[in-house]
Amino acid sequence: MANEIFVVTEHLAGEVTESSLELLAMGRSLAATTGAPVVAALIGAPPAAAATLGGADLVLVVGDPHLSEFNPEAHAAVVVALVNEREPAIVLVPYTSIGMDLASAISVGCELPLVSYCRRVTAAGGLAATCQLHAGKVEADVAVQGDRAVFAVLSGSASADDGRVGGAHAVEEIASPVDLSGGKITFIEFHEPVGGDVDITAADVLVVVGRGIDSGENIELADELAAALGGAVAASRPIIDQGWLPKSRQVGKSGLTVKPKAYLAFGVSGAPEHVEGMRDSSTIVAVNSDPQAPIFGVAHYGWVGDLFDILPELTDRLEG
Amino acid sequence: MNIAVLMRPVPDPVEELEISPDGADLDRDYLGYVVNEFDEHALEEGLLIKEQVGGTITVLAPGSADEIDDILYTALAKGADRAVKLGTDVGPLSAHALARLFTDALSDIDFDLVLTGVQAADELDGQVSVLVASMLRLPHISVVTATEPIAAGVRVTKEFWAGITADYEVTLPAVLGVQAARQAPRYVAISRIRQAQQGEGLVEADAVPPERGSVRITAVRLPEAEDGAEMLGGDAEAAAERIIEILRAAGVVQGG
Ligand SMILES: Cc1cc2nc3c(=O)[nH]c(=O)nc-3n(C[C@H](O)[C@H](O)[C@H](O)COP(=O)(O)OP(=O)(O)OC[C@H]3O[C@@H](n4cnc5c(N)ncnc54)[C@H](O)[C@@H]3O)c2cc1C
Ligand SMILES: Nc1ncnc2c1ncn2[C@@H]1O[C@H](COP(=O)(O)O)[C@@H](O)[C@H]1O
Repeated sequence: MANEIFVVTEHLAGEVTESSLELLAMGRSLAATTGAPVVAALIGAPPAAAATLGGADLVLVVGDPHLSEFNPEAHAAVVVALVNEREPAIVLVPYTSIGMDLASAISVGCELPLVSYCRRVTAAGGLAATCQLHAGKVEADVAVQGDRAVFAVLSGSASADDGRVGGAHAVEEIASPVDLSGGKITFIEFHEPVGGDVDITAADVLVVVGRGIDSGENIELADELAAALGGAVAASRPIIDQGWLPKSRQVGKSGLTVKPKAYLAFGVSGAPEHVEGMRDSSTIVAVNSDPQAPIFGVAHYGWVGDLFDILPELTDRLEG
Repeated sequence: MNIAVLMRPVPDPVEELEISPDGADLDRDYLGYVVNEFDEHALEEGLLIKEQVGGTITVLAPGSADEIDDILYTALAKGADRAVKLGTDVGPLSAHALARLFTDALSDIDFDLVLTGVQAADELDGQVSVLVASMLRLPHISVVTATEPIAAGVRVTKEFWAGITADYEVTLPAVLGVQAARQAPRYVAISRIRQAQQGEGLVEADAVPPERGSVRITAVRLPEAEDGAEMLGGDAEAAAERIIEILRAAGVVQGG
């Protein structure tokens, strides 16, 4: 089916992700424009998991012992073979840890153009997308030459609930279209997250520091404000990678998703990977010295200035 | 183990960005560049492997700007053995074109492992790490947070989400897209960088910029802060006072 909308879904241990459902929602709205069917590929999951994918007209469940845990090599080989066989017009891939191993492999393996960091994909009058570049600072409208392409879509670009709905769909269980023996990558084991001293998902108030905090010693300033507010300190990824706070304090794509009553961000730029984990907080206040920082796009209140001026000021006032 | 590290400059994220007159790019005349932060982690992971099992590190970076020399000399000062500057002026490249440039250069290099950052902020049309691997038909793993050299190749930790990771074993040659090194990238003294500048570690290789490909930017916008947040204005004291009112309204500060 040459005009098909092909959605690469993902799962971890059989649990289909929200990002997959978001892509189905996006696929459905593209289908409303092009009239094409939405076909979801579910690779290595138990067939029962297909029941979640209500937004698809057809779910292809690919079964093979080499596929039950995510394997970048095996999963990419299967998706490339399916796309080459079905020749869909539009391939939607989640821009997640799994999709990042697939999208570019499809582009090369199927000789298709690829648009990454997509927020919106449209098909009326040619394939086009709106993308978020430079860690959210720049929005770009992008046109694809040709009538087929792969789109890697950022999480949160459509409503997962819209992807969950849908009537009865067809489920087809198929064997792997390629021989997966003799692979160069072997899955060994999963590791669950290590628990932390503080549960940042349970706090009503989070004082969140980003790279603007400048040094590990300065985290103390955030500790003091958090103590005055009865809240907890969380951070963006670079703070964890520097070893200034434990992994259990990380908010975002590869960390935790938080929804506190108040989220106070100091020196956090607001990259999409960070925003993914905090955008549903009830009240977001951001302090950043850069007026173009994308965090101001998700914050409810913002102040442009030096965090070292305002952080101690807040603590003093609350303690005073 | 012989390691190739692919590094690229990206526009400095803290600099003020402006749109080019044609509205379809950033105004590059005034843009400062820094090394892609994830590539720094890739280099660090490479240095750690070299410390464990020996071997060589070759660093490749595209472009002609002075920033490229800075990136490459810094890598040499940190412990890379050789640095290759690709192309006299390759200009802004798409990820596909950049990957093609790297794969061409890699054909002259003896490597077991290719390390590069998992993504760059301006990779509109794909990730260089996976593109390079796919073009060379090598196995790849993205979002890598640790490696461990083993007899069969490398044991690799890949991060998924919510703190979940998985370990894989991969035979060599292979390409890894590094998210974060096992430890924060090391600092290096300016004196060491000056020393590297005196040495012979950096070579220039001619490179033909590949075609830009089939994805075209038609318009670029800088989303305005005002579109989102209510900006508080005033000095730190005034803003602090307003923030406390806001927290009171949010029900997380008592009294008044
Ligand atoms: C696969 C993947 C997963 C990721 N997962 C996550 C994740 O879970 N969580 C996460 O946070 N990131 C994640 N990232 C990283 C993400 O892309 C960004 O690199 C990161 O969020 C940036 O952190 P930051 O805002 O602290 O730093 P930067 O982007 O460097 O921003 C620092 C900000 O501080 C401001 N600043 C500097 N000094 C001051 C001052 N004195 N006063 C006020 N403001 C100041 C600057 O203007 C700047 O806006 C992930 C990336 C990838 C590729
Ligand atoms: N700059 C680019 N942007 C998006 N897609 C591209 C780009 N360059 C190549 N492609 C696509 O990727 C396929 C494989 O690229 P290549 O191996 O470079 O020929 C091509 O057939 C194109 O459709």
